[in-house]
Amino acid sequence: MITNKKPRSSDTDSNYMRDDRTEMSEDDDRSPPSDSIANGSCPTRTCTPGSGSGSGSGSSSIPEYSAPYPDRVLENVLENVLWFLTSRKDRNAASLVCRSWYRVEAMTRSDLFIGNCYAVSPERATSRFTRVRSVTLKGKPRFADFNLMPPNWGAHFAPWVSATAKAYPWLEKIHLKRMSVTDDDLALLAESFSGFKELVLVCCDGFGTSGLAAVASKCRQLKVLDLIESEVSDDEVDWIMCFPDTETCLESLIFDCVECLVDFDALERLVVRSPSLKKLRLNRFVSIGQLYRLMVRAPQLTHLGTGSFSPSEDVAQGELELDYVSAFAACKSLVCLSGFREIVPDCLPAIYPICANLTSLNFSYANISAEQLKPIISNCHKLQTFWVLDSICDEGLQAVATTCKELRELRVFPFDPREDIEGPVSEVGLQAISEGCRKLQSILYFCQRMTNAAVIAMSKNCPDLVVFRLCIMGRQRPDHVTGEPMDEGFGAIVMNCKKLTRLAVSGLLTDTAFAYIGKYGKIVRTLSVAFAGDSDMGLKYVLEGCPRLQKLEIRDSPFGDTALLSGLHHYYNMRFLWMSACRLSHQGCQQIAQALPHLVVEVIKHEDTVHTDDYADTLYMYRSLAGRRHDVPKFVSIL
Amino acid sequence: MSPEDGSNLLESDAASVSFKETELTLGLPGESRGLALIEKTGGKRGFSETVDLNLGRSSTVDSDHKKYSGESETDVQNMAKPPAAKAQVVGWPPVRAYRKNAMKGCKYVKVAVDGAPYLRKVDLEMYSSYQQLLNALQDMFSCSSFTIRNYLNERAVTNQEVNNGVEYVPIYEDKDGDWMMLGDVPWKMFVESCKRLRLMKSSEAIGFAPRTPSKCSSSN
Repeated sequence: MITNKKPRSSDTDSNYMRDDRTEMSEDDDRSPPSDSIANGSCPTRTCTPGSGSGSGSGSSSIPEYSAPYPDRVLENVLENVLWFLTSRKDRNAASLVCRSWYRVEAMTRSDLFIGNCYAVSPERATSRFTRVRSVTLKGKPRFADFNLMPPNWGAHFAPWVSATAKAYPWLEKIHLKRMSVTDDDLALLAESFSGFKELVLVCCDGFGTSGLAAVASKCRQLKVLDLIESEVSDDEVDWIMCFPDTETCLESLIFDCVECLVDFDALERLVVRSPSLKKLRLNRFVSIGQLYRLMVRAPQLTHLGTGSFSPSEDVAQGELELDYVSAFAACKSLVCLSGFREIVPDCLPAIYPICANLTSLNFSYANISAEQLKPIISNCHKLQTFWVLDSICDEGLQAVATTCKELRELRVFPFDPREDIEGPVSEVGLQAISEGCRKLQSILYFCQRMTNAAVIAMSKNCPDLVVFRLCIMGRQRPDHVTGEPMDEGFGAIVMNCKKLTRLAVSGLLTDTAFAYIGKYGKIVRTLSVAFAGDSDMGLKYVLEGCPRLQKLEIRDSPFGDTALLSGLHHYYNMRFLWMSACRLSHQGCQQIAQALPHLVVEVIKHEDTVHTDDYADTLYMYRSLAGRRHDVPKFVSIL
Repeated sequence: MSPEDGSNLLESDAASVSFKETELTLGLPGESRGLALIEKTGGKRGFSETVDLNLGRSSTVDSDHKKYSGESETDVQNMAKPPAAKAQVVGWPPVRAYRKNAMKGCKYVKVAVDGAPYLRKVDLEMYSSYQQLLNALQDMFSCSSFTIRNYLNERAVTNQEVNNGVEYVPIYEDKDGDWMMLGDVPWKMFVESCKRLRLMKSSEAIGFAPRTPSKCSSSN
């Protein structure tokens, strides 16, 4: 902890010691639990020792001799030192030391991270931090991905792009997640930032290929253009053709989510004139024959998304005769492979040469069987990240467990995401993975049936687990063998996995499961709950027991106002709380809003449902320095 | 698997609404499991009341889906499945729409109609039953008056305006290159194996079976 050993008379202004929690990192482990924040206009907090002249030796009444020169020297020193501080946590800590440190930290922060775009206004952020080179913004809450949020709720990039365009003309990087971005926003971006280098859009929507064209044509220093799981409308503009004709700086071009055809010749020429290109993820409109041509041009690739991985309809025969094996073999640096969007399994052997080097493999769009997987996976000894479809069955998972001893992250997605069908993976696969992949840190597992025993086994075999997300697709399914709730399994996870920070639960769960989470989940930051629990106690256990909880998303669970009110002490420490289809009343939400003025309490109405005025369809609340937002759609009321 | 005999159920929709199984409200967790009668405490289930019969498709509710809800009840009666197939719920399981759409893929096949100068294309993944496909074809070619002979349930799908149009028989070319009559295999199998469709004039369909209904129409 950085302490200021020199008390200064200028540091008594407690305004600069206010707790700007909203600008803190999402991993805000250091926020004190249950510090009450004064409801006055200037929230203050108790300063830790050494945080200024208000404590310790500062209480002396001898005025400090503060000549301008030492001030500047100290600030210069600070500035030079603080440039090296990169971690958000450390920077937030430094900014709270005293006014001087706050100021210098604000001047030297180059990476601005805003975990909730509504937590602070763009103006406020840009006036505090004056030399930012990179901005990260997150918008909608995660449940919006599953159609639980009506469209046009918000999270608009527009006010941010205009504020940063004015404040940071030297801006180099923008990273957005779940934001609404328009073509105009992208055009403004392209116009405003002459040295722009990196654009990463994850789960964004609202823009199309014309926006991409603007970025491609104007951002001459562009190194990274990553579009990940975003919805891009087809404006019939060939944005690939809009890159300048000269050599580009491109290092990463990811467009596997773009559902429109690109001119392949233009793409090939682009690859040829991008010698620094290391990451290329193609969309499904690129056939395997075209992939071959690109690979031959870019053997230096480290990350490759293969596109459709099947021959195009027209030239099928010719494409099947190409020497894919040598094309892959020539890519000696390839460590990350994805794509396979319309895979023809016969083409799979092409990737054999590089399996041994792979650290990351994404088969989650490839409908392949265990038999088809085995020859591949048996060579993937270095694999650390593996995403796959449940079409590989428990048997495929067993093969993974046998070979992939270095596995850190596993995601098993459902080929057929329905309830009440026979699923191809089960507790057998989970058990096998737990026994074979002892270094596992993160798992997302969709299945139709599960047992406590397998989950308990994983909790013991994989002590390094940080993320455990189990989705038993049938709602409220009990242990498949014993018929009991899944309480014990999840209880074991929170008990035994001492590093666990993210948890998603499913299956039949009583309040007991939540009691476990509250008792043992002391470092859990993100919790996702659906169709679970018996009563208000469930939620109370969690709100009272998990001091590090930042993000809580709950749907269709019987938690009501009493439970909601039990979290008053904690809501300022959280990024957000989402509760949909629970038992919250408008009055209950109102009470929260009144008790916590720095919390924005949104009640979202859904058109399709029958309304009784009493119940709130969806509650979404978050701490904010910006107060109620100005872009509220009709179906949202802010209490 | 979807039942092929869908059209009868359009009328029985109203009747099926009275079945407990078709209640669209869902029990709150902690109450009796399964589809027992639900006490309507406020009745509010938020989005979960919105039924999304997502069969691997994105969750837009449209009239086809609503029709289909009737079908699934009969489906349940016909097949040896668990007694109550739950109506699906919005946003559950939590798989992003992008992934769901990617998995269903696009199964565009060419449709040729005898006598028409150009072909059309349909995405078979857009439909969940033969009936829906035939209805769509009917709509698509509505400019020409014709009747598609529907061998599935012996009832012809007629163009309501013109009754004495030309009758067509829908056939398809499968993976092996053979021309097959629609309706013999389950819908999903058909989608996977169908390479192209043709609406052949009935008068040319001499080699095909007479008008007895296909015996496998309600097979799983």
